[in-house]
Amino acid sequence: MSGPSDYKPSHPALQWFERRLPILSLMHSSFVAYPTPRNLNYWWTFGAILSFMLGIQILTGVILAMHYTPNSELAFKSVEFIVRDVNYGWLLRNMHAVGASMFFFAVYVHMFRGLYYGSYKEPREVLWILGVIIYLLMMATGFMGYVLPWGQMSFWGATVITNLFSAFPYVGDSIVTLLWGGYSVGNPTLNRFFSLHYLLPFLIAGVVVLHVWALHVAGQNNPDGLDMKTDKDSVPFTPHATIKDMFGVSVFLLLYAWLIFYMPNYLGDADNYIPANPAQTPAHIVPEWYYLPFYAMLRSIPNKLAGVVVMFSSILILVFLPWLDTARTRSCKYRPLAKQFFWIFVVVCLLLGYLGSQPPEGIYVIAGRILTFCYFAYFLIVLPLLSRIETPRPMPNSIADAVLAKGGKIVALVVAVIVAGGLVIGGARDARAEEQVTPPSLKWSFAGPLGSYDRGALQRGLKVYKEVCSNCHSLSYVAFRNLADPGGPGYSEAQVAGLASEYKIKDGPNDQGEMFERPGRPADYFPSPFPNEQAARAANGGGLPPDLSLIAKARSYERGFPWFLVDFFTQFQEQGPNYVDAILQGFEDKPPAGVTIPQGSYYNKYFPGHAIKMPKPLSDGQVTFDDGSPATVAQYAHDVTTFLMWAAEPKMEARKKLGAQVFFVLAILAFLIYFTKKRVWADAH
Amino acid sequence: MSGAVALWPFVSQMNPDASTIAAGAPIEVDLTPIADGQDIKVFWRGKPIYIMHRTKKQIEEARTVPVDSLKDPATDQSRVKDGHDQWLVVIGICTHLGCIPIAHEGNYDGFFCPCHGSQYDSSGRIRQGPAPANLAVPPYNFVSDNKIQIG
Repeated sequence: MSGPSDYKPSHPALQWFERRLPILSLMHSSFVAYPTPRNLNYWWTFGAILSFMLGIQILTGVILAMHYTPNSELAFKSVEFIVRDVNYGWLLRNMHAVGASMFFFAVYVHMFRGLYYGSYKEPREVLWILGVIIYLLMMATGFMGYVLPWGQMSFWGATVITNLFSAFPYVGDSIVTLLWGGYSVGNPTLNRFFSLHYLLPFLIAGVVVLHVWALHVAGQNNPDGLDMKTDKDSVPFTPHATIKDMFGVSVFLLLYAWLIFYMPNYLGDADNYIPANPAQTPAHIVPEWYYLPFYAMLRSIPNKLAGVVVMFSSILILVFLPWLDTARTRSCKYRPLAKQFFWIFVVVCLLLGYLGSQPPEGIYVIAGRILTFCYFAYFLIVLPLLSRIETPRPMPNSIADAVLAKGGKIVALVVAVIVAGGLVIGGARDARAEEQVTPPSLKWSFAGPLGSYDRGALQRGLKVYKEVCSNCHSLSYVAFRNLADPGGPGYSEAQVAGLASEYKIKDGPNDQGEMFERPGRPADYFPSPFPNEQAARAANGGGLPPDLSLIAKARSYERGFPWFLVDFFTQFQEQGPNYVDAILQGFEDKPPAGVTIPQGSYYNKYFPGHAIKMPKPLSDGQVTFDDGSPATVAQYAHDVTTFLMWAAEPKMEARKKLGAQVFFVLAILAFLIYFTKKRVWADAH
Repeated sequence: MSGAVALWPFVSQMNPDASTIAAGAPIEVDLTPIADGQDIKVFWRGKPIYIMHRTKKQIEEARTVPVDSLKDPATDQSRVKDGHDQWLVVIGICTHLGCIPIAHEGNYDGFFCPCHGSQYDSSGRIRQGPAPANLAVPPYNFVSDNKIQIG
């Protein structure tokens, strides 16, 4: 291995063990005494962050798998049950879903670090290739994981990506049938994706072991790209790198916590809160943000097979990087031309990501083609050329000298990077229909970090649902008992039992083999107004009134630039409620001039396409409230929307409360670790 | 050689199993309720299938197109059954990236795919947009004048 292996445990029991399995000295030489370059910056903490995230994903994933059902009829519901009923299920689910995004964010930073500092160069080629293998395994794992909730985006994303393999001549269709296990994406597909999604992370862990081994053989690269020569160039891994990694992890955790507790759906797609429907394609099929650049490249090429080849090549080209860039100088710090092209490359990647979220029309297509060309040009033209013609700046003699010289430049292009990055995030969230009139932003009591549900509004909203909406719309994920849960309408157990008993619930069979009706109990769910989909359609002119349990999360609209950036900091996630409220109030008797509404539909200002099958459901005076609140459409809309937000997210108050506590602890932790780090490194600088 | 033989069961199990194949058995569809100019969607093997009762105008439009000008050349006659020209049976999956095109939309009174704008004509042939091929015609035959068996 590497590092001094003169470790001898003091306790005789440990010495006994060491003689038989020297794992303690292995750990010591690899992670305690291991010589680490003294000049590493914080970009080097992402390796530890990635290991940490892999651990978190495996832990939360295995636990989620105890509650998830990988059957196409049951999967969506099982995820909702995890979020609603399993203790801290909402937390585990958020950790895993947000964790995937954080995992990819960290891996991209890690990879760009490698590109900038030449960490792929001799003698670290195998280390780099192992990294590319890990990345490919991560992409496969992420793709299959996203299919598991079996939402609309899960199903259609799976359909599009598996269909890609049909591009291969002769064997294409057979490959696709083999992948599907059927004639289309269906239950066999879901089941095997679950099996493989569980397996792959352990393969990743295995390759990570090889990756760290390869790293330890070569030693770490460093910002100056110099080899370690003397003892003055290095510090022992523990405590120096350990504490620095811990600080990096603690800052990363703050970002992670921000998303988990306050913005869990920021990076997701509202369409995935709609159960998968093979008969209805979403208006915009968009992958998760970390696949967007490759999606853009795929769609840029007019030929199907060529598009697939280009997409896979864009990742495989990384394998050849050590032989494409043969410049002897490792770090871009001393390569003025390469540095500039690097930042241009970063912007190209971010812009490709933005394009991946936009519909492939007009200027987006041309831009996509140019940027795809630029992406490949960086590897195939720019880097090989620079290896030959660039004159590097003089480098310091040793790492120790580099540390003493100090100095650091902030690249102005970082600003452009942040803007481009913001575009990607915003684009990922805003790939919605163009034909949308933006609903007004309303004030909601549950918005923001300190938001909570207005109990009065929840109770009035329940009344509106019961008297108006429930005639056509089911609320099948909400049980009567939920009405007594903390953070909800706040009814007592007795009130809930009374409310439940007013309903007639089908049960049976009895001992005679017959189905019968009985009064509802708190454990029952709100019954559906129709026995099945066909009956619902027949009663509603062919349209299917959607279940309302998740409607407040299943609808969204574009926020546009720069709002989606601002939203990240203000924690704005109220698109769904704004939309639902707007629809309820958006009916107009006369459509504007030039707009024709087909027979059987009604004009609604905010419904995409303006022709909605639901007639105006609310009128003034329709429902009277016991607390004397005004009997107006605006009041009904506000209250029922608040109620529906609670129905979609009953754990919101618990989530925000725990979030505040976790954030506080993490902030203090980060602070303390930072000062410890300063103390530890005081002698090294 | 024996390695490949040993490996085969592990590969073969990925293919559709017996129950999936059985669920994909042929289905019969009654055409009498479909009026002139109307279309229905049925599901077979998990795929949506459009059965379109074409008007005379649609058939004419499909047949007057010069076949050489098509991206995926095919005569209208080759895509329907002899003596049953008014019936178009196609798999409603866009050959681009798999979305479901909408019937009776687009410039050719055929199908329009909302995902990336591919347009098919009244014979289900690709006329405009990124899709590479015509809408696939599933295996089917006429059991009687008003009934078809798909599969």
